[in-house]
Amino acid sequence: MEPVLKAKNINKRYGKVVALDNANLELYNDEVLGVIGDNGAGKSTLIKALCGAVQPDSGEIYLDGELVTFNSPIEARKTGIETVYQNLALSPALTIADNMFLGREIHKKGIMGKFFRVLDQSGMQNLARKKLSELGLLTIQNINQQVETLSGGQRQGVAVARATAFGTKVIIMDEPTAALGVKESRRVLELIGEVKSRGIPIILISHNMPHVFEVADRVHIHRLGKRLCVVNPKDYSMSDAVALMTGAKEAPTN
Amino acid sequence: MSDISKDLKDQPKFQEDIGSKGQDHHTFEIEKQNTLKKIQNFLHGNPTMVPVIILILSVVTFGLIAGGKFFSAFNLSLIIQQVTIVGILAAAQTLIILTAGIDLSVAAIMVLCSVFMGKLSVQMGIPTSFAIIVGLASGALCGAFNGWLVTKFRLPPFIVTLGTWNVFFALVIFFSGSQSIRGRDIEDAAPLLHFFGERVNIYGAQFTYGSFLMILIFVVLWFVLNKTAWGRHVYAVGDDKEAAELSGIRTDRILLSVYTVAGVILAIGAWVSIGRVGSVSPTSFYEGNLDSITAVVIGGTSLFGGRGSIVGALFGALIVGVFSSGLSIAGLDVLWQRFALGCLIIIAVGIDQWIRKISN
Repeated sequence: MEPVLKAKNINKRYGKVVALDNANLELYNDEVLGVIGDNGAGKSTLIKALCGAVQPDSGEIYLDGELVTFNSPIEARKTGIETVYQNLALSPALTIADNMFLGREIHKKGIMGKFFRVLDQSGMQNLARKKLSELGLLTIQNINQQVETLSGGQRQGVAVARATAFGTKVIIMDEPTAALGVKESRRVLELIGEVKSRGIPIILISHNMPHVFEVADRVHIHRLGKRLCVVNPKDYSMSDAVALMTGAKEAPTN
Repeated sequence: MSDISKDLKDQPKFQEDIGSKGQDHHTFEIEKQNTLKKIQNFLHGNPTMVPVIILILSVVTFGLIAGGKFFSAFNLSLIIQQVTIVGILAAAQTLIILTAGIDLSVAAIMVLCSVFMGKLSVQMGIPTSFAIIVGLASGALCGAFNGWLVTKFRLPPFIVTLGTWNVFFALVIFFSGSQSIRGRDIEDAAPLLHFFGERVNIYGAQFTYGSFLMILIFVVLWFVLNKTAWGRHVYAVGDDKEAAELSGIRTDRILLSVYTVAGVILAIGAWVSIGRVGSVSPTSFYEGNLDSITAVVIGGTSLFGGRGSIVGALFGALIVGVFSSGLSIAGLDVLWQRFALGCLIIIAVGIDQWIRKISN
């Protein structure tokens, strides 16, 4: 089967530090790929290369089998790769609807939109409401509420809804549960399942082993700048994964 | 020992329970709020209400103290005339403060543009309409220069505009030769420059064309800031620049355009100021920079960017005008006007900080 997103022999150096050393990654349709690794293993750099935030020194990225290069996150977004950043990249003083369409607003039809660049605010609000209710988040009642009045989990929900509203190919989530409490983490994990059920594959980067093992179909273990192995979470325990991650255990040969 | 293993067994069950029993984590727990909290919430949602309330209170108070003399249609319209220039400066200043910047050079840019307009048309005999176009273009250029320094070299706007304030002021002295252009000369050679000083009477109230133009500027800016993508991006850049960048907004382009638009508004203000003052004086509006910041701050716009409204700046300018007018009609010394204004600034910023606390 052809992977949706494939990274091949990616290299990235920061001065003398080798962040990525011929790193590979494959993401298939209908799966959640967990990416774990020790601090400094290079998983953030790998993810940043995939979402356009970092330009690799060498290596290739294929989307649906086609070679692509991203000079910025905007270019990656245009191809259908959406990223939910750890800091969420939301504007706290703007409303939920404003945030969901930030940087890709919809204009009104006709002269008002074309010439005066007037926004179709009711159209955007309706779409935002639709996206949130699809993900079971419509209990956020007022779409014109400022994001800063929302809780951490609700903000995460808005960021995920924004990604699913536009992410047609791949959604990358960077530490989505890191700043959340138990209840809210639970909700975000449910949200990941929700997104997966719509047929959009997800790359989930997390330090939280139980969360990764709960939702991931395959777990990519990154070590010393490259992929050590990919394991099935059903066959391995979390302590096995930690042992692999830290080098206490040899990688399985498969 | 068995207790511990039982606990461990229960734990995952506990986790599964969460979220399953119809608990909804995304509903809002509407806490019982005390009145103060309600006020805070209300003001957070409607930041323009603070200056509106202060304006109404101050008008009523001065109306009671100073009576009909203050409350006459003539005096109230006079206040609007008096705040015309500060209002236009504050409109430009608001745009820049919304992006978390500050512009100390607003008044210098305005005076420089008015010197260009006057010099070219009155002293060099160039057609007035062309002189005005040159003035507007030089305003755009000055603003773009500020924006270029801010975006290209990542210098703090405070430092950039502190520098350009002095540069532009020196240019004002250079081009004007420290000479004022007399009102009578302007009237003879280029009456078009006085256009915005023309007055109309409406039921005893007296308005200049300039006051109407100021209000028009506010209406247009309100529309652009609230109804267009550019406006939303201005807020987003001031609110959290990094988040805006990741959302795909070209933040440098927005910043550059904001400073340029501000420069054009200031050049329009230059034309209005010639009508208002009558002459072109290189030393006029020396305190315009701080007056504009005062109006913006009293108008409820946050100096940290991303919060506030353009209309607030108009109310802020009007509050300043009402205070000066009311206190002088009430017969108080000018020093008390300054005293009151100072207190007002501190109170306004205090209220802003308090409202912002809501997100924590």
